[in-house]
Amino acid sequence: MSTDPKSAAYAIQLLDVRKNFGKSEIIRGANLAIPPGERHAVIGPNGAGKSTLFNLISGRFDVSSGDIQLNGRSTLGLTPFEINRLGLSRSFQITNIFHRLSVFENIRCAVLWSLGYKYSFWHSLARLRDARLRSEEILEQIGLRKRHDVAAGLLTYAEQRALEIGITVAGGANVILLDEPTAGMSRSESDHAVELIRKVTVGKTLIMVEHDMSVVFGLADRISVLVYGEVIATDVPAKIRENAKVQEAYLGAHAGDHAEAEP
Amino acid sequence: MEFFLISLLNGVSYGLLLFMLSSGLTLIFSMMGVLNFAHASFYMLGAYIAYQISVWVGFWPALFIAPVVVGVAGALFERYSLRRVHKFGHVPELLVTFGLSYVVGEFVQLIWGRAPVDYRIPAGLDGALFTIYTTTFPAYRGFMMLVAVLMLLGVYLLFTRTRVGLVIQGALSHPDMVEALGHNVPRVFMMVFGGGCALAGLAGVIGGNAFVTEPGMALTVGSIIFVVVVVGGMGSLAGAFIASLLIGILQTFAVALDYSLLTLFAKGGATIGPDNALYPVLKLTISQVAPILPYLLLVLILIFRPRGLMGKRDD
Amino acid sequence: MTDGQNLKFVPFDVGRSALWIFFVVALLVSPLIWTSSLSLTILSQIGTLIIVCLSYNMMLGQSGMLSFGHAVYVGLGAFMSIHVMNAVTKGAFWMPISLVPLIGGIAGAFFSVLFGYVTTKKSGTTFAMITLGIGELVAASSLMLPEFFGGEAGITTNRVIGSPVLGITYGPQIQVYYLIAIWCLICTAAMYAFTLTPLGRMANAVRDNPERAEFVGYNTQRVRYFVMIIAGFFAGIAGGLGAINFEIVSSENVSTVRSGAYLLFTFLGGVGFFFGPIIGAVIFVLSFVVLSELTKAWLLYLGIFFLLMVMYAPGGIASLIMMNARVAQFKKFGRLWLPYAAVLGAGIVLFLGVTSLIELVYHYQLESAGGTTLKLYGFVADTSTVSTWATAVIVTAIGIVLMTFASRYFKRIWGGIQTEIQLLIERGLV
Repeated sequence: MSTDPKSAAYAIQLLDVRKNFGKSEIIRGANLAIPPGERHAVIGPNGAGKSTLFNLISGRFDVSSGDIQLNGRSTLGLTPFEINRLGLSRSFQITNIFHRLSVFENIRCAVLWSLGYKYSFWHSLARLRDARLRSEEILEQIGLRKRHDVAAGLLTYAEQRALEIGITVAGGANVILLDEPTAGMSRSESDHAVELIRKVTVGKTLIMVEHDMSVVFGLADRISVLVYGEVIATDVPAKIRENAKVQEAYLGAHAGDHAEAEP
Repeated sequence: MEFFLISLLNGVSYGLLLFMLSSGLTLIFSMMGVLNFAHASFYMLGAYIAYQISVWVGFWPALFIAPVVVGVAGALFERYSLRRVHKFGHVPELLVTFGLSYVVGEFVQLIWGRAPVDYRIPAGLDGALFTIYTTTFPAYRGFMMLVAVLMLLGVYLLFTRTRVGLVIQGALSHPDMVEALGHNVPRVFMMVFGGGCALAGLAGVIGGNAFVTEPGMALTVGSIIFVVVVVGGMGSLAGAFIASLLIGILQTFAVALDYSLLTLFAKGGATIGPDNALYPVLKLTISQVAPILPYLLLVLILIFRPRGLMGKRDD
Repeated sequence: MTDGQNLKFVPFDVGRSALWIFFVVALLVSPLIWTSSLSLTILSQIGTLIIVCLSYNMMLGQSGMLSFGHAVYVGLGAFMSIHVMNAVTKGAFWMPISLVPLIGGIAGAFFSVLFGYVTTKKSGTTFAMITLGIGELVAASSLMLPEFFGGEAGITTNRVIGSPVLGITYGPQIQVYYLIAIWCLICTAAMYAFTLTPLGRMANAVRDNPERAEFVGYNTQRVRYFVMIIAGFFAGIAGGLGAINFEIVSSENVSTVRSGAYLLFTFLGGVGFFFGPIIGAVIFVLSFVVLSELTKAWLLYLGIFFLLMVMYAPGGIASLIMMNARVAQFKKFGRLWLPYAAVLGAGIVLFLGVTSLIELVYHYQLESAGGTTLKLYGFVADTSTVSTWATAVIVTAIGIVLMTFASRYFKRIWGGIQTEIQLLIERGLV
């Protein structure tokens, strides 16, 4: 992957980002600054625009105004694959895998570009040792070794979510965006997923959208709260919990419930 | 001058016919995401059924009965065939309509034979509507334009003034929500598909006797309406309207012009002989090139404005 | 299967090697088994069409690109090849006939580069429409440039050029067949190898989820463009072989009807498996050469067959084979004998009824000069008598009823088996 993250002060920076869909303003001036290596969670009530924010950062949508910088470099006008090649990778809320390919193939597809094979039709896939080793490594990390050759579409929901994360990190990107990684999971599945996320994002910048508060408070170094398209607060978990604006807008009655969830 | 006016009117009437066809196609595509490859086949079916009815009873009953028959056929196809393929995705949907176009083409030959049939303009409409200097403008062309405009008006009113129209508009963009509100969306789909086919059938009724009615008519007009839809912007009715008129007028004018690049060079004083390498291309007259003009337009649009004239940004 | 092995996503390896051996042997040995000149014609055409359909499936089945204009690349490859052959005959330069298909391939690739730039700007349904437009563009141009396309009559050539090399003149059909067979083998192997390369695999990924492919770093438009160029290369090779075989190429070779046929038969064969198009090619030639002789209604039957396939078995004949093979692999096939027998029996009755009706109508419509009687399944049928029509209608009606019950029965048993297999896979209890 590309630019040395230490050369930029922030891995991801959002500068007064706005996004309109027709007449509705979804993002109304969001500001965010995430240093490299930080684990950052974005929370907020439904409809706040969290997924839209992710789509803007990853290049799926264009911003209406403002700037987004990845490792100090503006990503305005770049296509998703260009942004990916600059070191940013994202997962999806609704599982977005290659359903007809096997689990192993899914991961291998995710590593091919980063290993430089590009559009090669003269290499034999089976002989690419580096691709195979890296893919096996990821498979091991996400715990899907036993499902090596199963068609991805046939996996259970939790397995597909794990595969989703695997595809996201396999390419070696140093900025990882995870969109509700534990959505629809049971308590034990969530805990498992949290461990997995912690393992695969060592040394990387992680930005996570989540609704499950125990996951958020367990993983995040800092939390940003998005309400009606604006970031109303960014701080460490403890301070966010005590922030009056946040309590009012979001945590509401649950503010006191997570006193024991402190890491 | 008269050439210009008459050609313009002819072009507009042809363009309106194209729009009758492409509007149904666009509606079906907008609502169901299905590009009905068999749309031109329903056009052909309309022409043939109208022919048959006009032979038995007369043109005027045919004008009203044939589109209904075609619409019902379309609705039945949607109900028993297309609906079942919906779950396989968009490519199989396109393929099933492709298969239908094959079957309809063969079916038409089965019943009516391979030669063109003598589908006539009714005596009452055969003749000149008016004359400009020495060129006459056929009454039937005027009738075609009238029917096309009435049809469009009717569809517009249906959509905007009736309850059914409102439901359809809603289902156009948010089928799940409309279904959650208690409307029978599959039935709406069937009606829209049948309606779109009926429009194609109506186009066939009035176009089949103005142009020729033969088994190959679906193929010739079919690819042009797909060009119209892509050039106009997939899913845009306004775009289809502009593109239809554009192509209709373009082709009508082109067919009448006998100039080539060679004549252009000759006017400038340069003569190019047959041994010049580019001679085969240069000697082509505009009228000879006319058949490919819509496709050239397609290529140009794709290079310079891929989303079409009025298409939305994301395809 | 309780030996702890994972269920392989692709068919068993032993099976695959056996298939390849069978393919090579069949190619080499067929003309020795079926020796008539008609058989040789059929085999030669099959060989060429295997390459066409496989190249088409590189786009459709492997990359999710539905094209209505594939005949353009096959046909332009053919035109280029035939012009080269004529130039060689006139002595402009020397080229062995065996390498002429390569010229076709280069032409095919060149035009793919040219047209592909425009067509791959879009994907999905829009792409399909654009390929239709480009196909019509080329087909219409073919009548405008008779120097290259030969107008209505086309361009002819003589494939026997110069003195024989190693005794081979390519005059006799058998020599042409083996030329085709060798090219077919090379191209099939090459196209198979392509599926095992990074580009080949990413083409699959782009098919399954183009958005995700972008998010793992790939420009999906580029992927499609490159696939199209490579597919165009092989299509052109097949065109060149066709030019050698038929010694004539006309505007029909680039027509939309041809493109539609390539689509139809590749799809019938099966787009989800590599060998599907090979089956499609065989059906293609047999339909055009054999079926067309049996009945005037063959195109209608083909259309109906295609419609039914799309509705009930969108993976084509290859998928039907593989689905049953999978059931057999799970040792559950025994339960299907009875349901299959029921469906077969009902199907035969329905088939007899429907085809009788269609044949009667065709005969009535198109052959009234030959009298009203025709031979139908061993019976003499008279289209002027009511009893003939009534019989056909009744048989059809019975067939419909039987089929409704039989298919319901089959669906129940089949569905049950599929659910069991699904559960086994999901739980990893293979």
